Amino acid sequence: MADLYPIRVTVNGELHQCSVSPRTHLVDFVRDTLGLKGSHLGCEHGVCGACTVELNGRTVRGCLTLAVQADGGTVNTIEGLSRAGVIRDLQDAFVQRNALQCGFCTSGMLMAAKELVEQRPDANRAEVREWISGNYCRCTGYHAIVDAICDVLQQRKAATSRTEASA
Amino acid sequence: MKAAAFDYVKPRSIDQVISLLQEHGDDARLLAGGQSLLASLNMRLSEPRLLVDLGGLDALRGIGVHGGMLRIGALTTHTEIEGSALVAQHAPLLSAAAPHIAHRAIRNAGTWGGSIAHADAAAEWPTCLLALGGTVVARGPKGERRIAADDFFRGLYATALEPEEVLVAGELPLATPGNWFAFDELARRRGDYAIVGMALAGRRHAGVLADTRIVLMGVDSTPLRARKTEALLNGKVADEALAATAAASLRAEIDPLPDLTNSPETKRHLAGVLLQRLLNGARA
Repeated sequence: MADLYPIRVTVNGELHQCSVSPRTHLVDFVRDTLGLKGSHLGCEHGVCGACTVELNGRTVRGCLTLAVQADGGTVNTIEGLSRAGVIRDLQDAFVQRNALQCGFCTSGMLMAAKELVEQRPDANRAEVREWISGNYCRCTGYHAIVDAICDVLQQRKAATSRTEASA
Repeated sequence: MKAAAFDYVKPRSIDQVISLLQEHGDDARLLAGGQSLLASLNMRLSEPRLLVDLGGLDALRGIGVHGGMLRIGALTTHTEIEGSALVAQHAPLLSAAAPHIAHRAIRNAGTWGGSIAHADAAAEWPTCLLALGGTVVARGPKGERRIAADDFFRGLYATALEPEEVLVAGELPLATPGNWFAFDELARRRGDYAIVGMALAGRRHAGVLADTRIVLMGVDSTPLRARKTEALLNGKVADEALAATAAASLRAEIDPLPDLTNSPETKRHLAGVLLQRLLNGARA
């Protein structure tokens, strides 16, 4: 058995110092060591997107990232983003549009959607579909998810122009 | 599945990486972005004893223009290339190809150098490097050397890198106003591995083509240049008739390997479709 490797990683704003086996995936570390079960484990080879988390501000596959690679870094999971309120509008829109059924893909879907609305605020419907093509949903047929994300893009754009108008 | 157990080390210098490779040989694997390596470890297609994480080597990051070439450090991510103004200016083929690489979360982690060193015949960067006549910069025990893309891809996941060498960067000639580029791929779903993909590059003066390179991905064990069809295009004006002739020539020239769902004939047909599409699109 390989030696344990010490890491320091900030998860959802809280610093953790742990020793992990080098083969431990980041998603298994947050689920099993930290008890944060909101990130899900589906295919375990980078295809389904259910394990998506944020590492140093960008989404990554939690099953294609080792916990040791996050040493010295910052991780956000669905629990942290929910608590911080930064995806409240996305979560509301998912409920409003019935954009989930079993919920297995939802946390990964929200992580992808968060990066989309931040990085591509002018995305159109086709670009939304393309962006979330790396997150599989076996229940909804995607339509409602795309609707929900498009709603939030519009809401945020309207909010931005209101802010600019009043400035 | 979970990867088998391995030891892990994160060196602070390239020299240390090279000595680790000398010491451990084939028992060691270099970890860059890990987007192919970790998937193959998870599926236990590979069980190295030691992973050497390059992630601490900041000298391998970044995009710059040096000595008349665009130099992209090995650890530069696909997302960084996709968003780079320098790349858009000097190697727009890469900007066109980047969005085809998997999905955003994978582009955020996967790297330029990792993709080239892994040498998947269906991957975008080896194809683009070859289409642009780029160069691989490798460092080993005897120092640094440059390997032309044409000599680099040797076989299925096999390259000209020596076992003790590290790919440190890839260099591309700077695009000039006479250059033209095109890229596209056909896949069942966005982000899937292409059934067939293609990069075109060359020069064009008053519509006349020169120095054309046609590189196919997903049809052979390496990215594949279609040299006969390249020669057919050079010196001619790219019009619709030429595009049709070139597509026929390409279908006759290549001998595609099948994949799990697509026959050689399907790939042969689609390669012609892509070439015709890209040549006609490039005239517009």
